[in-house]
Amino acid sequence: MIRVDTVAKRFGAVEALKDVSFTARNGRITGLLGPNGAGKSTCLRILYTVLAPDSGTATIDGIDVVADPIAARRKLGVLPHNAGLYPHLNARENIAYFGELQGLSRRELEPRVEALLVRLELTEIADRRAKTFSQGERTKVALARALVHEPSHLLLDEPSNGLDVMATRSLRQWLRELKAEGRCIILSSHIMQEVTALCDDIVIIAHGRVVALGTPDELQQRFGQTSLEDIFVQTVAQT
Amino acid sequence: MSSAILTVCRKEVIENSRDRRTLFSTLLFGPLFGPALFAIMINVMISQALSGAEEDITLPIVGQEHAPNLVNFLRRRGVEASADLESLEEATAAVREGEHEIVLVISPEFPANFRAGGDARVTLVFDPSQTRLNLSTRRVRGLLNAYSRQLAFMRLQARGISPLLLRPITIDEFDLSTATGRSVILLGMLTYLLLFATLMGGFHLAIDSTAGERERGSLEPLLTTPVARADLLLGKMAATMCYMMLSLTLTVAGFTVALYFAPLEQMGMSSNFGPLVALKIILILTPFVPLGAALMTLVASFTKSYKEAQTYLGLVLLVPTLPLIIATFLNIRPDLSLMWIPSLSQHLLIIELIKAEPLNLGYLGVSTTSTLLFGALLAWLAIRLYDRERLLRQ
Repeated sequence: MIRVDTVAKRFGAVEALKDVSFTARNGRITGLLGPNGAGKSTCLRILYTVLAPDSGTATIDGIDVVADPIAARRKLGVLPHNAGLYPHLNARENIAYFGELQGLSRRELEPRVEALLVRLELTEIADRRAKTFSQGERTKVALARALVHEPSHLLLDEPSNGLDVMATRSLRQWLRELKAEGRCIILSSHIMQEVTALCDDIVIIAHGRVVALGTPDELQQRFGQTSLEDIFVQTVAQT
Repeated sequence: MSSAILTVCRKEVIENSRDRRTLFSTLLFGPLFGPALFAIMINVMISQALSGAEEDITLPIVGQEHAPNLVNFLRRRGVEASADLESLEEATAAVREGEHEIVLVISPEFPANFRAGGDARVTLVFDPSQTRLNLSTRRVRGLLNAYSRQLAFMRLQARGISPLLLRPITIDEFDLSTATGRSVILLGMLTYLLLFATLMGGFHLAIDSTAGERERGSLEPLLTTPVARADLLLGKMAATMCYMMLSLTLTVAGFTVALYFAPLEQMGMSSNFGPLVALKIILILTPFVPLGAALMTLVASFTKSYKEAQTYLGLVLLVPTLPLIIATFLNIRPDLSLMWIPSLSQHLLIIELIKAEPLNLGYLGVSTTSTLLFGALLAWLAIRLYDRERLLRQ
């Protein structure tokens, strides 16, 4: 479970986040929905500890991300905005490197990497250097890399960015499977359909504030509208 | 040591071994370029010094008929007298236009003055600003002096006076420099090339693992792993040091081979550059490796992109060479008080080694300790920088 409690962050004169609070539960997919520049990435970056909040707290399974960032990171699998693979390493090596940094021995790693390559349909490109990969292949390898230590929590920053229809479908399928395994998943997106199709809980963020949150049904009841897109436009316009 | 440091180090070593830029700067640039440049330089210097010393030279002489004995004297000593110029004016023009380096003009008054035992004059026409080393000029002047001296001796003897009267003081030269010592000026440049090659070995990796990784976007995922940032940076520095050591070793080996073939003996020099000296040079320079790695990593961590890092590092590479340039100009001798200065101390120690002096272990100890301490300080600063949140912002 991930808890974010009145978190604020500013970069110079820009207030990126203002009193953001929400909870992401295990076995559910929580979607951070908002327009570009709303603060979704900043929020995720605070959770995966590359940024520190100015005020407020964030915890992963009760571990404070500021007090013990390394313990918090151990619980996380992260797919950042940029896949950021090493161009001169092949898919297998890119995944195994992160496994080793997670503290897995080479003996533990080998079967896990193989299993992930099969599961994410990467066996064909397993031994190719990453610089030759397409955007979809890069995202898949980055996802495998984030899953190699079987984290209980997953943070994905715009995971379907640059993926074609088929790849997006597969991604959704894997995320549902991961959810079914009881993991806590947070993803950010500015695409309405993706959030509607995937998420159990939705947090709408605009201008660094949480403007609405709840299940898709709750949001619809509260705003009395059928389309999530209308709710989104309405809530964003109010702020 | 944390196992993460090893993991990072191993990955950087493997990844960069597949990168042409690293291989170029580590395996090619330092180890081949330095020794090759050096060998060429030595050969050019030697051929310049040797040429002209014993070769026959052509000397246009105006008015040969006025001093046939002098002309014969010159001929016997390897000077080919040519008679294609006829007057002082022609001689001046020929030298000015670079047709001849030097022309000897014997005036028509020469025989009369000579016979009178008076002031017989010859004129040398030359332009020192135009010629290479003024070797011909020096040689002709020397020969004329010798001829003059010989005549003086003969005239004194004819009058029953000891020619030694003309030489109240005899100078005996007692040259203390050894054959190895004479090569020091030349080999002094060696340290510069060695330090440069060592730094070049880690140049690409230091940039790639900091600025490059940020530019490619792989730094952010890396920072999400449960590894302390200090360990990540130490792993990267360790990999940089591996490549620097490789480059240093290869370059020293390259010099050992290049100097083996260089004709130093022809210049009255000798080099004691064998495998043992090569090993000692590597030993002296090894403490400089962590210092260089930390320095380059520190500077690269400031910068936003690969290109920016390249620009700054290019300037930084000059810093360790400054003490060497100053030392060469001021002709500084090794002293304990200088041994704490990194790069200068290594330079002085290597010079001593090339002079075939025994390695002063006290000096080596101070040099090593101080260089390692400076390296540790820079590494600490680099880690502090790496720990900042701003690291990720571009």
